[in-house]
Amino acid sequence: MSTRLTFLSATRRRPTRIKGGIPLTVSQSVCCRATAGSGVTSQVCNTNLWTASSSPPAAGSGRATGMWMKTLRESPQRKGCLCSQGWSYAIDFPATYTKDKKWNSCVRRRRWLRYRRYKAMDTWAKIPSQQTTLPDPFSDISCGGWEISEEPRGRLSLWAVSLQGKVWFRDGIYHHNPEGSLWEEVFLPGEVIQISCGPGDLVWAVLWEGQLIVREGISRDCPKGSSWAVVESPSPDVGAIHVAVGINVVWAVTKDNKVWFRRGVNSHNPCGSGWIGMVGEMITINVGLNDQVWAINCEDRAVYFRQGVTSSELSGKTWKAITVPRDGDRSHSSASANSLQSAGCYFCGEVRAQSVVSDAESDTEKGSADGASCHATSTSPESFVDAPTDSSNPPTDPPKPRIPKVTSDSFISELVSDREPGKSSRDTGSAPPAVPEEESIPGEGEVKAPCAGSALSPSQSGGPLDPQWSNVDLEEAQQAQTVAVQDTADTCSLSSVATYTLAMEDPYGADEHPLWAWVSGGGCSVDSHSQLNWFNFSMNSSSLVSSVQSMSLSVSPAQTAAWRRQIFEQLSERTKREMDNFRHYEQAVEQSVWVKKGTMQWWRDWKPHKWIDVHFALEQFSGPDGNKDGILFIYYNYYEEKKYLHAFINEVTILVPVLNDSKHTFAIYTPERTKQRWPIRLAAATELEMHDWLALLSVSCCDSRGIHGPPSKQAIWSITCKGDIFISEPSPGLEAMPYPTPCDQMFWRQVGGHLRVVECNSVGIVWGIGYDHTAWVHTGGYGGGFFQGLASSTDNIYTQTDVKSVYIYENQRWNPVTGYTNRGLPTDRYMWSDASGLHECTKTNTKPPSPQWTWVSDWAIDYSVSGGTDREGWQFAADFPASYHGYKTMKDFVRRRRWARKCKLTTTGPWQEIPPIPLSDVTILPCTAQSSVDVIPVWAISNKGDVLCRLGVTALTPAGSSWLHVGTDQPFKSISIGAASQVWAIARDGSAFYRGSVSARSPAGDCWYHIPSPAKQKLKQVSVGRTSVYTVDENGNLWYRQGVTPSYPQGSSWEHISNNVRKVSVGPLDQVWIIADKVQGSHSLSCGTVCHRLGVQPVEPKGQSWDYGIGGGWDHITVRGNSVEPPRLRLPSLTDPSSRSPVPVRNTEVNGVGN
Amino acid sequence: MADDKDVLRDVWFGRIPTCFTLNQDEVTEREAEPYYLLLPRVSYLTLVTDKVKKHFLKVMRAEDVEEMWFEYEGTPLKWHYPIGVLFDLHASNNVLPWSITVHFKNFPDHDLLHCPSNSVIEAHFMSSIKEADALKHKSQVVNDMQKKDHKQLWMGLQNDKFDQFWAMNRKLMEYPTEDGGFRYIPFRIYQTMSDRPFIQKLFRPVSPEGSAHSLGDLLKEMYPDAITNDGEQKRYQVVIHGIEPLLETPLQWLSEHLSHPDNFLHICVIPLTHQPAG
Repeated sequence: MSTRLTFLSATRRRPTRIKGGIPLTVSQSVCCRATAGSGVTSQVCNTNLWTASSSPPAAGSGRATGMWMKTLRESPQRKGCLCSQGWSYAIDFPATYTKDKKWNSCVRRRRWLRYRRYKAMDTWAKIPSQQTTLPDPFSDISCGGWEISEEPRGRLSLWAVSLQGKVWFRDGIYHHNPEGSLWEEVFLPGEVIQISCGPGDLVWAVLWEGQLIVREGISRDCPKGSSWAVVESPSPDVGAIHVAVGINVVWAVTKDNKVWFRRGVNSHNPCGSGWIGMVGEMITINVGLNDQVWAINCEDRAVYFRQGVTSSELSGKTWKAITVPRDGDRSHSSASANSLQSAGCYFCGEVRAQSVVSDAESDTEKGSADGASCHATSTSPESFVDAPTDSSNPPTDPPKPRIPKVTSDSFISELVSDREPGKSSRDTGSAPPAVPEEESIPGEGEVKAPCAGSALSPSQSGGPLDPQWSNVDLEEAQQAQTVAVQDTADTCSLSSVATYTLAMEDPYGADEHPLWAWVSGGGCSVDSHSQLNWFNFSMNSSSLVSSVQSMSLSVSPAQTAAWRRQIFEQLSERTKREMDNFRHYEQAVEQSVWVKKGTMQWWRDWKPHKWIDVHFALEQFSGPDGNKDGILFIYYNYYEEKKYLHAFINEVTILVPVLNDSKHTFAIYTPERTKQRWPIRLAAATELEMHDWLALLSVSCCDSRGIHGPPSKQAIWSITCKGDIFISEPSPGLEAMPYPTPCDQMFWRQVGGHLRVVECNSVGIVWGIGYDHTAWVHTGGYGGGFFQGLASSTDNIYTQTDVKSVYIYENQRWNPVTGYTNRGLPTDRYMWSDASGLHECTKTNTKPPSPQWTWVSDWAIDYSVSGGTDREGWQFAADFPASYHGYKTMKDFVRRRRWARKCKLTTTGPWQEIPPIPLSDVTILPCTAQSSVDVIPVWAISNKGDVLCRLGVTALTPAGSSWLHVGTDQPFKSISIGAASQVWAIARDGSAFYRGSVSARSPAGDCWYHIPSPAKQKLKQVSVGRTSVYTVDENGNLWYRQGVTPSYPQGSSWEHISNNVRKVSVGPLDQVWIIADKVQGSHSLSCGTVCHRLGVQPVEPKGQSWDYGIGGGWDHITVRGNSVEPPRLRLPSLTDPSSRSPVPVRNTEVNGVGN
Repeated sequence: MADDKDVLRDVWFGRIPTCFTLNQDEVTEREAEPYYLLLPRVSYLTLVTDKVKKHFLKVMRAEDVEEMWFEYEGTPLKWHYPIGVLFDLHASNNVLPWSITVHFKNFPDHDLLHCPSNSVIEAHFMSSIKEADALKHKSQVVNDMQKKDHKQLWMGLQNDKFDQFWAMNRKLMEYPTEDGGFRYIPFRIYQTMSDRPFIQKLFRPVSPEGSAHSLGDLLKEMYPDAITNDGEQKRYQVVIHGIEPLLETPLQWLSEHLSHPDNFLHICVIPLTHQPAG
C-alpha cells in the first residue's frame, strides 16, 4: 500500500470566481502525474496530457512511499491528489512551468523522490488530445475507481471538471495506457465546480448552485456510471463548495466553511441518507485510502487529520492539526545537495543515521510575492543527505528544537527496510513494540498520540502545553516546545524506527506559518491500528485519555461512566493481548467476497405490474466449509424511494428461462416464491447477458448446495413448456412417510438441450424426444447450452437442433353479399389471431417463441387440424368460438383456417440423436435399485403411431441397437412399462391396451388386451410404476387402475383421482407425480405445476393429497429414476412392508438410510 | 473508542490464537505439523475447524479417522459452548496461543455432543436464540421473523458477517422503552469446579423498585462467592468475552452488548488459585 500525503499550499490564491464565502480558484491548466507501481508516469498540462514511463520501483518493495510538501509562494494555486497504487494526479497553475524556477525545483524534488523510491527517472510526456478538442481548460480532476474492478490491470477512473463547469471522464486508463484514450463528456444537471472520486464506486460533485450530485450506476462494467442523483446542500441556505469521497464516506464543506459528514453512504446507496454537521471549519477536505480524512482549517489554514476514523466509525472523533512545516523557510540553497537536506526534519534513533532522505525539498524561491515573508533560517540545518555524520547531532539538543515534520510510519519502515532488507515490511509498518508504554494508549482505530501538537484542534487541550507553530501565539509555546522536544527526543532514543518524531527548528518565524490551500491524502493509507506519531509529544497517558474522551463527538454522560470505560479499555487490552501478536495467523473463517453487478429489468411486485429498471448484484462469499454462498440483491425505486429485495443463493430452488418473444427473461424461485406462484422475474438486455447471469447464478446455486457434475441415476427430470430441461437430485426423504421433503424445496438445475419429452430409469438411461420428434439419448454429461467451463462437461456435449411450428388462425365471417370476408362483426375476434382468438396474430407481427428461435419456413396453410378441413384448409362453425368441422353447412357463419410456420433452434447439450425413426413417446423399464437386468426394455411410439421395442439397451449402451416393430390394430400415442415388465399403451382413439406376456425372454410380448377407457373419456397418457397404473384423459382427469394384481394385471376398473392434470409419472416406488394445471398460490395461479402425491403407500397406492412444487410453465416430469427408498420410520401403525407388497422391497443400499 | 457499537464489533471480531496439535496416540502416516488458526470467540469449534480437519487428514489414513473432537489439558471441549467461553473457562490465564489437542478416536460420548454436520450447530444456535428470545420477549420477536431472517442470523455467524448478522440481531435486542429492558436477561454462568454445566435462572434487568440491576446484583443472587467483599482477597474472576467488567455494569447493557450471537450472556466464573503476591 502506498503511503503518500500531499500538501500543497498557496499563501495567495488567485480567485477567478467568487462564490459564497470562499474564493473559488480555478486552475488554468491541468497536470496529471501518475506514478504507478509500474513506474508509469503521466501528466496533464495546459489541457495537454503528458505521459511517461520509468522503470519499476525497486523489486520487492511494492510500495511507493513519499511525501510532497510544498509552499509555493508564487503559484496561485496548486492542487494535487494521489491515490493508491502510486497514481497521482495533480493540477497546476503555472502557465509556463518549465521556465518557472520554483516549479523546477519542485520537479527536481519529485525526481529526487522518484529516484529515491523508484530508482528511475520520470519524464513527462504529452498525452495526445487530438481526438477531442477540449473547449476549455480543466479546473479540477479526481482519480479513483481502482477498487471497482481489477480488470484490466491498472484501470482507473479519472474525472475532470472544466472551467465551464463541464465534467469529462477519461476513458481507457489502464496499466499499459495510463494516460487513457479519450475524454468523454458526461451529461450534467448543472454546472460543476468540483468533483471527487473514491477508490470504489463513489463519485460526488459540487454544483455551482451549491447542490451536490452523485453518480449512480457505477459498476464493474460501467465505471462511468449512468446517471446523476442530486443531493441538496447540507444547509438550506448555504451551498456546498467542496466534496470529498472515499470508499464509504462522503464529506462536504459548505460555503460557510462548515464540515458535513454524509450518513449511510455505501455502494448500494451512494447518495447516503442524511448530513451530520461536524465540528470545525474547513476550506477543503480530502479523503485518503481507507477513508481517512485530511482537511485545511479555514482559520489557521493548517492541515488537519481526522482522528479515530475506523470502519465502524467513519466519521472519526476529532480533528488533529498536523504540524507541517513550510520548507521554503529554511533553505536558501539552490539545487544542490544542500537543498536535499531536510527542511529541519530529522530522524531520530536508528533512522537518523540512515536519513539520507528528506521527503521535502526546500523551495529555492524565497521572494514572497504576497509579503508572507519567509525569511531564511540562519541556522544551517543538518544535512543528513550529505553529512551522515550529522547523526552525531544529538536529537536531544535543546537549543535546537526542530520543526516537526510529518510523515507516516510506513515511510519510515520503508527506510528501514531499505536498510534492513531482510526485515519484512509488516514488522516495521505497524506500531513497533518498542514504543514506550505511556505513548501508546491502546485503542482500536484510534490515534492515541498526544494532541498537544495540534494547534487548532477542536480540543480544549490548550494551556502551556500547546506548542503551536501554526499558532500566532508562540511566545508561550516556545517554552513548552522545548520541554516537549526534550521529552520526545528521550523517548525517541529509546524507541525503534517508527518513532520518527516530529521536531522543531528553532528560529522559525514566530509570526509565520504556512497557509495551506490544498491537501490530498489520496495515496495515504493510515492503518487505523497503527500509531501516528505526527502529533507525538510526550504527555502522560491519562491526560490523553481524558482529552480524547472530551473531544469525542458523541459524548454523553453515561459514556463517561467508569464501567463503560473499563469495558472499552479492557476490550482494547484484550485485542492487544490476544490478537496483536498473532495477526499473521490464518483466519478460521475466510472472508472472500465477490460481487457482480448489472442492470436488468424486473417485473415489479406491485400493481400495475410492469418491467422496471433495476440494479442487480450477486454477492458471493466462501463459506467456512469451502462451499460458496451468496446473496442476490435487486435494487429498485419505489415511488422515489430506494429499496431492494434479496434472496439467499442457498434458498434459490431454480432459475428458469421464461418464454417471451421480445425479452430475455428468467425467473428465480425460492420455496416461498413457489408457494406464492410469484417468482422474481427478470429480463436482461441481451441474450448473452442473460445466459451469463444464468450460468453464473446456476453455478453459484450449485456451489452453495455442493452439487456438481453429472446428474445421478436417481435424478428427477422435467421439462418446461419452453423445452428447457431441468434435473433435481431427490433427497432421501422425498418419498418419506409420513413427512416427505416438501416439493417446493426441491432444487432444480438446468442441463443443456431442448426436448419435449424425457424419460429415464434408475440405471441412468435417459431418453428424450424433441419437438420435431427426434429421439435423443443422454450421454451422461451435464451442462452445454449456455453453461461453460466447470459447469459443463466437455467430451459428451453435442449440437442439438429442434424444429417446431408456430400456428396462427385466419378467421372469417360469412356475409350475405360478399360471402366469407375478412370483415367481421365489431364484436368478433381478430381476423388473424391465436387459437384462443384473444390475441391478434398476423403473419407479420408473429415472432418465433423466443429470440433463440429463427424462422426456417414461410407461412403455410395447415391441413392437419383435428376435426378436418376443406381443401383450402378451412374449418367451419356457427359462430366464434365453437367446435369446428371440416365442411360447410347452411348454419355455418364463420370459418377459420390454421397457418403454420416452422422455426428452428440450435443449442448444445449432453444428447445424441438416435436416428432414424421419429418418436412421439418413449418409456424405459423402471429398474429397482438392485436390479440385475442387463438388457433394459425400452418401448416407444413412433410419430406415425407404431409401437416399437428397442433392443440392445444396456447401461453401457443406452441408445440400444435396433427397433423391433410391435404390431397394432390402430395407431398408438402413449406407452409405459412397469417395473414387472407390464406394458400399457394408449391408442389414438383414447382407449387403453395391455400387452401380454412381456418378459426378458419375450421382450415384445405376445398380444394386446383392450381395456376400455373411463366412461365418455378419451385417455391420452399412461404411466406404470412398480404396480400402479395411472392414466390421464384429454379432459385432464387422472385415473387409477383398480384391481391390478400379478395374476390379473389388466385390473378391473378406473378410479378417478384428480382433475386438472396434464401428465403423470409413476416411479419405481409407485410414487406419483403429475403436471397439474390451475394451482392456486398465494399471489397467483399457475398452470403446468409439478405436484407430488402425498400419502402413497403399498396399502394406499392412490395417496391422499397433493403437494405443490415448481411451476407454472412445466410440461413434463419423470420420476422413474428415483428408486431411493425413503428412510423408514418405525411407526407402530405401519405393518411390515414386506407383507404388503407383491414385489419384494429392496434394500436401501443406495442411500444407506434406514434404521 | 467511544461508541457502544464499537463494543459489538470488538465482541464479534474477538479472536483467539490457537495452536492445534494432533493427539500423539493417533496413527499417522507421517509427522503431523501443528496448525495455527485465529478462532472467532463468538463461533463454535466445529464450525470453524474445517481447515484443521483437512490439515490433519492429510497425514492420516481414512480408516483411522472417526469424528473429530478437541481437548485442552485433559478436558474435552464442548463444541456447543462458544469458543470464547471455552477459552475463558479453561485457558484464559495461560500463555497464548491456546494449545488444543485434536482427536480422531475415542470420542468421549459422556462429555461431548456429536456434531456430524453444520446443521447440528445451526440447530443448536437457533434454539439458543429462540430460548433467549423466549426470555427476552416471550418469543415474540423471533417468531415474527421469517425463515430467511433466521437464515440470515445463522449465515452471519457462519460466514463471520458482522453486518449481516446485526442487521437482523438488532431486532432481537430491542425492547419497549417503558420497560427499561428485556423481560428476563438470558444469561448462563459457567464454572469449572462444578458438575452443573451452568447456572441459568430467571432474572430481570430491572428491580421491582425500578432501578437497573447490575452484574453484581446478578452474581449476588446466583453466585455470591464470585463477589469480592471489602477486605477480602479476590477469589474469583468474573469474565465475559475475556474481560472483567465492573460489577456495577448494568446487566441490561451487558445483555445488549456483550451477549454472544446466540443472544445469551455467557459469564465465566474462574477461581483464582494461589495468587503469589495477593
